[in-house]
Amino acid sequence: MSAPSLELPAIAPAARTAARHRRVPPSLIAGAIILGLIVAAAIAAPLITSYNPDQQDLSHVLAGPSAQHWLGTDQLGRDVWSRLVYGARTDLQVAFIAVLSPFALGSLLGVLAGYFGGWLDGVIMRLADVVVAFPFYVLVILLVFVLGPGTRSIYIAITVVSWVSYARIVRGETQVAREQEYVLSARIAGLGRTRIILRHILPNVITQAIVFAMSDIVLDILAIVTLGYLGLGIPPPTPDWGSMMASGQEFLTTHWELATIPGIAVVITGLGLSLLGDGLADVLRVE
Amino acid sequence: MLLRYIARRLVLVVPVALGVTLLAFFSIHLVPGDPARTFLGDRATPQTVAALHRAWGLDHPIPVQYWLFMDRLFHGNLGQSLYYQSSVAGLIISRLPVTLLLLAYAAAGAVLISVPLALAAARRPDGIADQAVRAVGIVGIGMPSFWVGTILIIVLALHAGLFPVAGYGSSLPGHLWSLVLPGLTVAISIAPMLVRSLRTAMIDALNSDYVAFARAKGAGGTAVLLRYGLRNASISAVSILGINIGFLVGGTLVIENVFALPGLGSLMVQSVLDRDFPVVQGITLIFAVIVVLVYLLTDVAYALLDPRVRLG
Repeated sequence: MSAPSLELPAIAPAARTAARHRRVPPSLIAGAIILGLIVAAAIAAPLITSYNPDQQDLSHVLAGPSAQHWLGTDQLGRDVWSRLVYGARTDLQVAFIAVLSPFALGSLLGVLAGYFGGWLDGVIMRLADVVVAFPFYVLVILLVFVLGPGTRSIYIAITVVSWVSYARIVRGETQVAREQEYVLSARIAGLGRTRIILRHILPNVITQAIVFAMSDIVLDILAIVTLGYLGLGIPPPTPDWGSMMASGQEFLTTHWELATIPGIAVVITGLGLSLLGDGLADVLRVE
Repeated sequence: MLLRYIARRLVLVVPVALGVTLLAFFSIHLVPGDPARTFLGDRATPQTVAALHRAWGLDHPIPVQYWLFMDRLFHGNLGQSLYYQSSVAGLIISRLPVTLLLLAYAAAGAVLISVPLALAAARRPDGIADQAVRAVGIVGIGMPSFWVGTILIIVLALHAGLFPVAGYGSSLPGHLWSLVLPGLTVAISIAPMLVRSLRTAMIDALNSDYVAFARAKGAGGTAVLLRYGLRNASISAVSILGINIGFLVGGTLVIENVFALPGLGSLMVQSVLDRDFPVVQGITLIFAVIVVLVYLLTDVAYALLDPRVRLG
């Protein structure tokens, strides 16, 4: 495996920066390939599987890997490969959607807090303190519980919990940007606050939030499969890696692969996203 | 000086604690429809629903409800479980020791795993060891904790037979032994995050003036690494662990369910499935209290160890 965020040999910083402009970080390429393959498989799910993921076959339960069933069947005779591929569809889709609203909400609150400061900053940051006083999973489980089962609740729960990191990152960046000359000159030129914030500050401070979003998606995928594992996630029979692993738990002594294979899919997806994030950070960090 | 710092830090706890209770209180009003009816189910009689309304004070205006909630809270009353014939506080107290013990195991395990790895990585930044540790970390950060637990069960419990597969044992030695594998699981799943922060802290320490001075006086590489790197790393490890207490608690919550341990995390998940709102709400509050207390203790410990904090 290629090591992530490979640094170039120790050369003068200026030369290194120049070299970085030319070179695409290897981790970016590796991550894009891994993630690309998984997303392609998820999109092409009907083409690369020969069974409906929900189709039960009670005469062929817990069958081992074979030519018909590459990864065998589960306790209801459903094809594990099909469920794995359709599970990628479910989990990736939910994770990608789930990362968007905390990203938007957190960045917006962060830029407002950082630009205006004062009481608005105080309120937003105290709110952030309250949210991080709850362990991530505790608050997510509480919210999913009160809002009722389903993906909508998962989106809301993740938004309520994850906006904080984005807000803190963007707030810090905005506090620096606010004092920069381009903002001062925009202000002197008489531009309105909304225009300054949206057109001048936001594009400059959003990169760090984008970089963070890449690692945040990994956390979201973990949260979604963990909720599924605990029986609190995407309701059955929709294929989801977490609930697949939970139902495989009963057969650890005889069919350990049922509870472990979906986990490998999670790890590979996480690896692709992390490499992509690392590479993106390298590219965007160029001053 | 230290006392003044602690006093100032305590004042900061007040708004957070208030916010935490507000959020826990308001969560019931996020329930679509009538919460009492939702939690009791369709078969509940109007009388039981009305009784629950009275018990939860749902007939009052919201500010009064919050006042009643806080009044009960200050008397240590977290309400009555809908599922068990018991008070929520009683249930929590009976389950708390398992969770606290598991947290201690996990914290100790996380330090034992992370400190040597971070030391090896920081010794020569971008060297082979550093690259290897970083690669392992990048794979590790995407591992679901329950999956790590499942693998450990398969390998160390089912095949090697070293540990019990699940459960809490019967006697005290049994309890202590049964928590080793769950503790290890939580430790492994938060180690990547810990190693990353620790490595940075250690590289900073090794680049500092006092290390350069020690080197100039002729101290060897290993001596510097252990005396300055390790010592500073241990302090940072405790504070980094403190900052990440939320992840540690979340990890134990999930892992208790994997190993069927009778702690707060398994009770919380079971209570969600039983639609036992008061228990879920109570456990949420207790977990938040644990986190806020640990944040506080971390800051105070840091101020004790580093005079610059309390003087600043």
